[in-house]
Amino acid sequence: MGRERLARYSLAGPENQAAVGAGLAGADWFRSEVPRKRMKELMRRSDYPAIRDTAVWLGLMVMFAGLGIAFWGSWWAVPFFLAYGVLYGSTSDSRWHETGHGTAFKSRWLDEGLYQLASFMIMRDPTVWRWSHTRHHTDTLILGRDPEIAAMRPARLARLLANFFGLVDVPVAFGLMSRHAAGRLTSEEADFVPEPERHKVYRTARIDLAIYAVTIASAVAFSSWLPVVLIGGPRIYGAFMLNVYALTQHAGMGENVLDHRLNTRTVKMCVVNRFLYWNMNYHVEHHMFPMVPYYRLPELHEEVKHDCAAVYPSLWAAYKEIIPAILRQLKDQEYYVRRELLPGAAPFNEPTSLNDGRALPLAPVTAA
Amino acid sequence: MAQWIAACSTGDIDPEDVIPFDHGGNAYAIYRSPDGAYYATDGHCSHEQTLLCDGLVMDDVIECPKHNGRFDYTSGKALGAPVLVDLRTYPTRVIDGTVYIDVG
Repeated sequence: MGRERLARYSLAGPENQAAVGAGLAGADWFRSEVPRKRMKELMRRSDYPAIRDTAVWLGLMVMFAGLGIAFWGSWWAVPFFLAYGVLYGSTSDSRWHETGHGTAFKSRWLDEGLYQLASFMIMRDPTVWRWSHTRHHTDTLILGRDPEIAAMRPARLARLLANFFGLVDVPVAFGLMSRHAAGRLTSEEADFVPEPERHKVYRTARIDLAIYAVTIASAVAFSSWLPVVLIGGPRIYGAFMLNVYALTQHAGMGENVLDHRLNTRTVKMCVVNRFLYWNMNYHVEHHMFPMVPYYRLPELHEEVKHDCAAVYPSLWAAYKEIIPAILRQLKDQEYYVRRELLPGAAPFNEPTSLNDGRALPLAPVTAA
Repeated sequence: MAQWIAACSTGDIDPEDVIPFDHGGNAYAIYRSPDGAYYATDGHCSHEQTLLCDGLVMDDVIECPKHNGRFDYTSGKALGAPVLVDLRTYPTRVIDGTVYIDVG
């Protein structure tokens, strides 16, 4: 089962060409009608909100790290490093995401600067993951095409749980860094990273490895874990919230569909979580209109909510659905969460009977 | 050889905006810059063929609505990943309130 499952989700496997043959790759997706004038307002960029939020974010990290260092050696350091770790190892994901889209700031250099920093913190190569996320938006949850499917059917449960503490992601990240530093990509990466971009991957990996080497050398030289607790370590001990947030996006929902209302969730969150997650909880809206910056997503939600299923009122409500769905999919891989649209909403975009969310095996494409 | 086609009226485009124009089975994008100049490019993004008329114009830049790839619409130059191939541009001129583009 494991090998078969991985083959179906692999970008280098047969489902890739089957998806292309079935018209699921690079297809037209449903988008709600929003008047052009209103969309222009919502897409408009500003530096101020992201500068403010980034200053608070970095300020909190400096404060918590400082307090952790001050209390280093006592248990009082634990809560401060826990807070620092979550900010570093979890919320860098949303900063990586928004700046990767280029929507967080109006000024490109601010966007690119934070993107590089957040990519380092979350241990993702900025070039590979820019292209990976581009593909994720083109072919969201299309088997063999989307490299960012977190919960497969059936889910790799042990891996999912281990990643709440980065226990798979971090070793994999170092393995990829080493491979990239040697001037090589994986076959999957080669499927979506164009040749002219690859030298950036190799250069970044060498820089990142050098930073981690200095960090570890400092820890050895000073006989202290502190350098590792500050740099790199948070991707392990502070990564759990990344997964708490991220699994709400698509886990358990339909695959091989062309409508984000069938494969994506929007979840209401409190103001603290929305700050930490930079409004990525408005995920259906983000996938429909990725040009809208995070600070305008609540307004976009008001524009399109009549066309969608009811939002999940809380993280808890989302997980009451996600956990049973993932567990059921361990035995029944045709099961998926299918939501009911609100009365009056535009019907689901389902061009063919095959693409109904169950992700049934597609007919293999034979060479002409 | 030049082939000037009437694409739209000057008032059809807001300042710092873009509209679609179809001619001869081809899609074009017509832009009005913040200072009132008119420009024309291919209508589709060179990355994944998304219509640029749904994108965002910021100064001299058009951002694709699908993956946020950016082009300088005055020159067609692709400004970085995920767009790596420049857009084709077309000369424009305005006569008596009508915007013409040279599709020749």
